[in-house]
Amino acid sequence: MENEPVVQVSGLVKRYGAKTAVNGLDLVVATGAVTAVLGPNGAGKTTTIETCEGYRRPDAGTVRVLGLDPVADAERLRPRVGVMLQSGGVYSGARAEEMLRHMAKLHAHPLDVDALIERLGLGDCGRTTYRRLSGGQQQRLSLAMAVVGRPELVFLDEPTAGLDPQARRSTWDLVRELRADGVSVVLTTHFMDEAETLADDVAIIDAGRVIAQGSPEQLCRGGAENTLRFTGRPGLDLGSLLKALPDGCGAAEPLPGTYRITGSIDPQLLATVTSWCAQHGVMPDGISVERHTLEDVFLELTGKELTGKELRA
Amino acid sequence: MSAGTYTPRPGAAPLPRMIAAQTALETRMLLRNGEQLLLTVIIPTLLLVLFSAVDIVDTGAGASVDFLAPGVLALAVMSTAFTGQAIATGFERRYGVLKRLGASPLPRWALMTAKTLSVLVTEVLQIVLLTAIAFALGWSPEGNPLSVLLLLVLGTAAFSGLGLLMAGTLKAEATLAAANLVFLLLLVGGGVIVPLDKFPDAVQSVLGLLPVSALSEGLRDVLQHGASMPWAQAGILAVWAVLGLGTAAKFFRWE
Repeated sequence: MENEPVVQVSGLVKRYGAKTAVNGLDLVVATGAVTAVLGPNGAGKTTTIETCEGYRRPDAGTVRVLGLDPVADAERLRPRVGVMLQSGGVYSGARAEEMLRHMAKLHAHPLDVDALIERLGLGDCGRTTYRRLSGGQQQRLSLAMAVVGRPELVFLDEPTAGLDPQARRSTWDLVRELRADGVSVVLTTHFMDEAETLADDVAIIDAGRVIAQGSPEQLCRGGAENTLRFTGRPGLDLGSLLKALPDGCGAAEPLPGTYRITGSIDPQLLATVTSWCAQHGVMPDGISVERHTLEDVFLELTGKELTGKELRA
Repeated sequence: MSAGTYTPRPGAAPLPRMIAAQTALETRMLLRNGEQLLLTVIIPTLLLVLFSAVDIVDTGAGASVDFLAPGVLALAVMSTAFTGQAIATGFERRYGVLKRLGASPLPRWALMTAKTLSVLVTEVLQIVLLTAIAFALGWSPEGNPLSVLLLLVLGTAAFSGLGLLMAGTLKAEATLAAANLVFLLLLVGGGVIVPLDKFPDAVQSVLGLLPVSALSEGLRDVLQHGASMPWAQAGILAVWAVLGLGTAAKFFRWE
């Protein structure tokens, strides 16, 4: 049971009229991990999540959440799963604290509401009605509503959209606390830094399909090569340097005294370069590593930026 | 919060507790809303007081309050079960409240049960208030209270079905406009304050089939004329209830 995936999506197809929102999507989500579904707007993130939440019926393919069918087994599944919608979900006339207390009452063993309000910094606006809350306060209330029932699995649809940097960090901390306590988290985002710092596993999704999945490190390594630069005295023996480096690396001196090493840059490789320099009496200056980010990976895979801007014709 | 705070311990609350909590919340939302109170409390009260005290409409033989009180009770039921419920539910649908509750442990049928209970609680409050005012104005009702109760329940079912049908199919703004317009039209043409026999015969027989006319005429037969049970009106309300609830169940969209 422990190693059974919490979410298993295979061959999911979902159409809205003539538009295909999800087009043969496969996704496996590990228990106890934070999984980020990353992609530009319109890639099919929300449709995928909402199918897992039981809101949408697949046109083809199967979806299993905690081993159950989200539509057919909805009644058994709902108490076990926490949901944060992208927006809304609260009576416009309800006060923040009132709504959270109400959600708590629908569960058998809810969290302590006062402590949760304190934790999410909603103390100042507990008496404020939902329509008068700021966007960030509405987001935090929605997050609180997703976790108050002590679920095994939470789906967070763009949990930090519209948050200021401090509130964003606080949300990230909460996600980490959830994971530490054994809650599985699936979140969608179009912020690559969010996926990179928060997620154990990232599924990159574009045009309704998962085009790559893995840990942020794996994804960044798996793409094109990274680059290490340094400066030193001109005319170093590149042949000797190359021999010291692992197979598949490249070394060049594009400008006199400026060196560029390409390949899979890890701590071991950095140590190899500096010890080679030490052997040859070279003081390497301005060492810099250009690591590939998920943004680069995404760009390479799709020809698009995460914002959805087309770069290739 | 310390480590272990979020350790999963999922579970739904017992159904009666969920329904009670949902009913309490729905009722609070309704009573807190100013526009809703205007429709459900202020307008019926004003009509009852104004038209009883001032002879604006010829209400036939006897004290005007004896004619008006049953009509205003019918109006109160319509304002809560139809107008108020349609507008509130329409906006809950628009703002994703129904969607979000759909992911909570509360089953949909339990949500609808809570909505119905909240409508009934509100109606009891309205009826207590309007009855007290009517008595103060010299109302002397007759007839069997059980017949009154049955008519009120049938009327509530009929109006709820129509209100939910509107809320579950139209856009929230359209529901807001249409529900208010229907309220106004039925207030004038539904035998609430203007006796149906003031209208031409042909119009009269059509108006008599409206749910609010059936309810106000039925209540009037019992409370003003002491009839035991107006089966024709009860039948009209039952047909509206079946049609309204049936189509609402079929076409209601949660998002």
